[in-house]
Amino acid sequence: MKKNWWKILSLLLLIYTVIAGFLVAVPDLPIIHQSIRNLYFHVCMWFGMMILFIISFVYSIKYLRGFNLRNDIYAQHFAAVGTFFGILGYITGSIWANYTWLTDQSQSLGTVLKEPKLIGAAIALLIYGAYFVLRGSFTDMDKKARVSAVYNIFAFAMLFPSIWIIPRLVGSLHPGAPGSDSGNPALNAQKDLDAGMRMIFYPAVIGWTLLGVWIATLKIRLQLIKDKTLLNE
Amino acid sequence: MMTKRIFTLVSKDVLLEFRQKHTFYGILLYIASTIFVLYLSIDKPDANVWNGLFWTIQLFICVNAVAKSFLQESRGRMLYFYSVASPVEFIVAKIVYNLVLMILMSLISLLMFSVFLDNPVDNAFRFTGIVVLGGAGISIVFTLMSAIAAKAQQNAALIAILGFPVILPQLLLLMRLSKSAFAEVFREGMVLQMAGLIAGLDVLVIAMAVILFPYLWKD
Repeated sequence: MKKNWWKILSLLLLIYTVIAGFLVAVPDLPIIHQSIRNLYFHVCMWFGMMILFIISFVYSIKYLRGFNLRNDIYAQHFAAVGTFFGILGYITGSIWANYTWLTDQSQSLGTVLKEPKLIGAAIALLIYGAYFVLRGSFTDMDKKARVSAVYNIFAFAMLFPSIWIIPRLVGSLHPGAPGSDSGNPALNAQKDLDAGMRMIFYPAVIGWTLLGVWIATLKIRLQLIKDKTLLNE
Repeated sequence: MMTKRIFTLVSKDVLLEFRQKHTFYGILLYIASTIFVLYLSIDKPDANVWNGLFWTIQLFICVNAVAKSFLQESRGRMLYFYSVASPVEFIVAKIVYNLVLMILMSLISLLMFSVFLDNPVDNAFRFTGIVVLGGAGISIVFTLMSAIAAKAQQNAALIAILGFPVILPQLLLLMRLSKSAFAEVFREGMVLQMAGLIAGLDVLVIAMAVILFPYLWKD
């Protein structure tokens, strides 16, 4: 039970997020109106995705340092759950965009999809898609683990500029584009976010991320049982 | 000593290219026929379309030109290299060779593009510089992708799957930067900033290749 406190915390934070997220008053802004509540879900998905990818990246490095197959399994499943969060981020984002960006009937989806942040997210999903294709093309376990760890590390390093640097250079529909008066693209919470919303947003990020880690650890435990004989333990 | 060995490895690749001319001419023919098809299908595209087509073609040329760099090496030959050179020397030699090859191919395709498809470029000198920068960046990334795909004993298709998402940020920057040569006005310092960013990415890719290749190398 002592080890499981963070799972309970995740659950409590998510219950708080859902209840407070839908009930607590939010500032009424033009166009966005009540859809601003999606912040507690949509933005948290991207936070969760990035944190899970970073964990996967760290485990890939750990694998290359000691060639312990256990670390490869960790890297694989954290990447898988991260990709799942990315897809959820896309879904919540498209619902949000439907009510805010697509207000004008002449606006097509094609123009909206050219968003630098959507492109960055698409690159992330494509990279991890390629990572799983690469994994699938091996039959030798050790070789698979080594080569895919190399690709994971390299791809993560390439993902970094597309998510953290390019959005700072070009205009965007998201808040925080260069030239607009809304802080920076990393969502400058000190300046941009209402104090009441901050009280829900931060716990929501932690809650969703913990949930992602929880899902990943369940998958990892299952895989470790399946590969018990291979791991020699 | 290290530079000498790298030089030997590069000259070995050049020598091979001269002995087996068919691969070199194969790529040239690939460029020529692709651009000829474009010429027949569209005449006088506007600057935006021209730009998009140009960089997409560069991508495919690179996949074809660089793909063979690791796939052509047989298992036995790799074992031989393993005994005479270090992995860092080997990957640096491959990168240097592919870099030169790709820049050459990029310049040739730029020439063919301007002959067949008109040339909307305003500032030819700057655009040539961007093409060299872009060709270099694309070739470095695909060299490492080729090394990974060779380990998976797969064909060129895997290189494209692995490489395209990774090259996208660089390609987007290049396409945007190219517009500065099409008389589009940029914020002051923006052109240098983006060129610096692309060059910085290239340095990052080379560093990653040097760090990661030793893990791919031993079997």
